[in-house]
Amino acid sequence: MAVNASFAGRTYPATAPYAVGREKIREFAEAVGAVDPVHTDRDEARARGYRDVIAPPTFAVLIAQQCDRQLIVDPEAGIDFSRVVHGEQKFAHHRPITAGDEVVGELHVDTVREAGGHAMVTTRTELSTTEGERVCTATSTIVIRGGE
Amino acid sequence: MALSVADVQAGQELPGRTVHITRATLVQYAGASLDRNPIHWDERFATSVGLPDVIAHGMFTMAAAVNVVSDWVGDAGRVVDYGVRFTRPVAVPHDTGADVEVTGVVKSVDEAAKRATVELTATCNGEKVLGRALAVVALD
Repeated sequence: MAVNASFAGRTYPATAPYAVGREKIREFAEAVGAVDPVHTDRDEARARGYRDVIAPPTFAVLIAQQCDRQLIVDPEAGIDFSRVVHGEQKFAHHRPITAGDEVVGELHVDTVREAGGHAMVTTRTELSTTEGERVCTATSTIVIRGGE
Repeated sequence: MALSVADVQAGQELPGRTVHITRATLVQYAGASLDRNPIHWDERFATSVGLPDVIAHGMFTMAAAVNVVSDWVGDAGRVVDYGVRFTRPVAVPHDTGADVEVTGVVKSVDEAAKRATVELTATCNGEKVLGRALAVVALD
């Protein structure tokens, strides 16, 4: 069950804009136990210099995973989703994702490796606003477990 | 108010916490994050694909762990860089749920850049569930 190694270096076009909403940020913050009022209280967020409430540090995954899906469902990539586990995740924030942002993600397949019967695919999603301001680089490594 | 670089030294320990995870936690996270993979909420499905039980989203554990850093630094927006490896799944039994213990320690401080790197440790039943968990914070 070979993952297509020639996919390394491939880039997918930017996805449709994701509108970051204040209530989605609140819902996500509650779900992960993030109690900093900067996620829910607009006045507090503004007092700290943000335009509006900001998302918790891992919120970007919600948008990045929608971009990653383009690769996972690409039949030529050869990825069996039922064998995928998340190996590694990283976020480099250029500025916090803020309510009101319209975010697009451009997916890059950085590396495809085989090791110990498993395949490892590292993708990088560059998230930016529709105005072109960079907000976050999300890097993800998935492991596709080999067949028995 | 975010922490000042003068208040932070390498070796400093952050206040840790225990994160209790139940099936309800995972359903709530599945909805909020849009990660609806049934291995996180359907025990029959999870065991049919060889897992011991329903397992927590790795991204839930990653998110819950960094709260230790956000609360310590005083502003979640100061977490500028955060990465982890998922070393072991967190099984969440129906009856008991699971407890993840999170601790953090300052590994280094860059006084010129006003940044500190915190290493997080997250364990469940004594075993590490996150590896190389590093968060960089911007200080005042």
